[in-house]
Amino acid sequence: MTDRSPNGATVWARHSRLRVVPPVQPRKLAKVPFVELADGRLQGVVSSGSDIGRVYVSSIAAGTHDYNCSTNNNRPCGGLYGSPCKHLRALVAEAVVQYGADRVSRYLRVEVPEGADLADCLGGVHEPAPAAVVFSRFLRHLAYLEVPDTTLPIPELHWFPATGTVG
Amino acid sequence: MLAVQLAALLGGDSGNAGEGAEEALALLDGFDDALVHGLARLADERADAVTALAAAFAATPLGDRLAEAADAVVSGSITQEHLTALAGGRVALSGAVHDCLLERLDTALGRERAKWPPAPDGPGMAGAAAQPAGHVLGGVRSWLRELAITGWRGVDHDLVSAADQVIEALLAAPDLRRLAVLLDGFAAELRASCPIGSAEHLPVRRWADLWTRALLLSQDGVLTGEPRPAATVSGRLLVLGVDVHEHGTAVQFQVHAVLEPADGGGSRLVRTSVTVAKVDTIVGTALWKLPQRHKVLLAALADRRSVEITDMPLLDSGDLVWDDDRAFVSKPADPLATARLCLPGALAPAVPPLDRVSVRIAEPVLVEGYKVTKDGSFDLDGTVFAVDAERLPDCGPLTPKLVAASSACVGLVRWDGGRWTLQPLAVQVRVKREAVVVATGDWALGPTDPKAAKAEARAADAVTVLRERAGRLLRR
Repeated sequence: MTDRSPNGATVWARHSRLRVVPPVQPRKLAKVPFVELADGRLQGVVSSGSDIGRVYVSSIAAGTHDYNCSTNNNRPCGGLYGSPCKHLRALVAEAVVQYGADRVSRYLRVEVPEGADLADCLGGVHEPAPAAVVFSRFLRHLAYLEVPDTTLPIPELHWFPATGTVG
Repeated sequence: MLAVQLAALLGGDSGNAGEGAEEALALLDGFDDALVHGLARLADERADAVTALAAAFAATPLGDRLAEAADAVVSGSITQEHLTALAGGRVALSGAVHDCLLERLDTALGRERAKWPPAPDGPGMAGAAAQPAGHVLGGVRSWLRELAITGWRGVDHDLVSAADQVIEALLAAPDLRRLAVLLDGFAAELRASCPIGSAEHLPVRRWADLWTRALLLSQDGVLTGEPRPAATVSGRLLVLGVDVHEHGTAVQFQVHAVLEPADGGGSRLVRTSVTVAKVDTIVGTALWKLPQRHKVLLAALADRRSVEITDMPLLDSGDLVWDDDRAFVSKPADPLATARLCLPGALAPAVPPLDRVSVRIAEPVLVEGYKVTKDGSFDLDGTVFAVDAERLPDCGPLTPKLVAASSACVGLVRWDGGRWTLQPLAVQVRVKREAVVVATGDWALGPTDPKAAKAEARAADAVTVLRERAGRLLRR
């Protein structure tokens, strides 16, 4: 959890209107349309460079840093020669843009020396993991864009203030 | 808002919520702390806090049910019914705090507020409509029960993920949108905070608020019984500003305005909102692309114009149910002039009984003639009003710097964490020796600042990319 409270624990504990999940940074989505830190993994979906209808599901486990990359039909990625493929590297790079290097390294529990690339600091081996869960989370993510808007008030959103501008 | 009004609001002692409110908040804090560790592990002190919450209602019709629920929970029997009763107690207490705060604010501002009209029929009516949703709501309640038993400290990925299916089902039911949006935001916070066991600070009051709210909305008939049939209104709508609410998968643009009814009746304060589903990677100025079909509303914000509306539904809560087909853009209208000329004397709307929560307090005011203090607060003849510069949405051009340089401000008075603050919506400020108005909604039709426009172009079009992916992958 990120502590964004101005005056420490008491303020954090007694406020109702807080932004607990810090907003993510905008990034280009064409290559890696989906990245998330969830279920104990950095996971996401990487568009294939050669086939517009194909995507790869890539994931790196927090702690062990074991990784996997396969198509959404569970066919292993051809680029995994005992080390992370280009899809995994793209996933890490985009996660760093989206969440910031600190949040990603904290989540994965990895020490990144000053000036080093996060992707180079991961140990871990190839460990097959089911792609279906991640892929269905991606589809669910996309499905939000199909939920119709509403002009009825949602008072509950007062608990979720937009924040952001600095300067 | 005059210096004397501000002084009356702050009561010389900033943070004073009012008679009895401190005691009520202390009871809430005790109960909220029990939720941190889970109702299955109530140590003596936390068991006492649960009992104390119930005891506060001893002299009320809720007294017996709450006492029974507290006894049962303390002894380890935690049923849905008991939790609902306790949540009801928390709702009632925080509702009382809300009433106290709002009355204090209305009195200080000299603002007249409409009375909530009594319900035309009994609760029996809502029951029938609730049937189809019953199954989903049951799922929500059982997830919330698991949360309460486990406590925030015990929440893990599995428990959070258990909400996914329920949220998906809620999103598919338009009647249950409010609950879907609430639960989705709540679950995302729990997910992002995992593992919570070791986290240093927890948003204790906030999560208890969200849990209580969700439990309230998941009772059969609460959401499906709303909204109550509305009147329709026509007239001129003068925009004061737009308040933006956002979490990973939803954004609400809530416009505050003064309605001058065409039938010659007195002017009234209204809100009108558009809520759009989104994903976390759609942020900043790109947010304005989502409500695109409401062109009249967006144009009114971006071009600062008044709007003529015809036969638009107005709920008892003061919410206009926006319909672009019943509106057209009219003459230029500056939000500061609107606030100066039309805000005094406008009738404030009643608050629906279930929406009596202090986070919903957002009263538009005009503040001018202040000196900006070092920490960015407004000093009005010696009374200092804290400015919430963190609540400036990044989809608009209003920055803390502009607010600090401003000479007049339209904002929302809010209360949180024991104190009153001002959330700016529009300011008058000198930029390059020219007096200009900068407002949160200025970029509703796209950023007008070249730097922001460039940033938006650089981030490419998130919405378009995701729609393309959805079109290709979603219906396989």
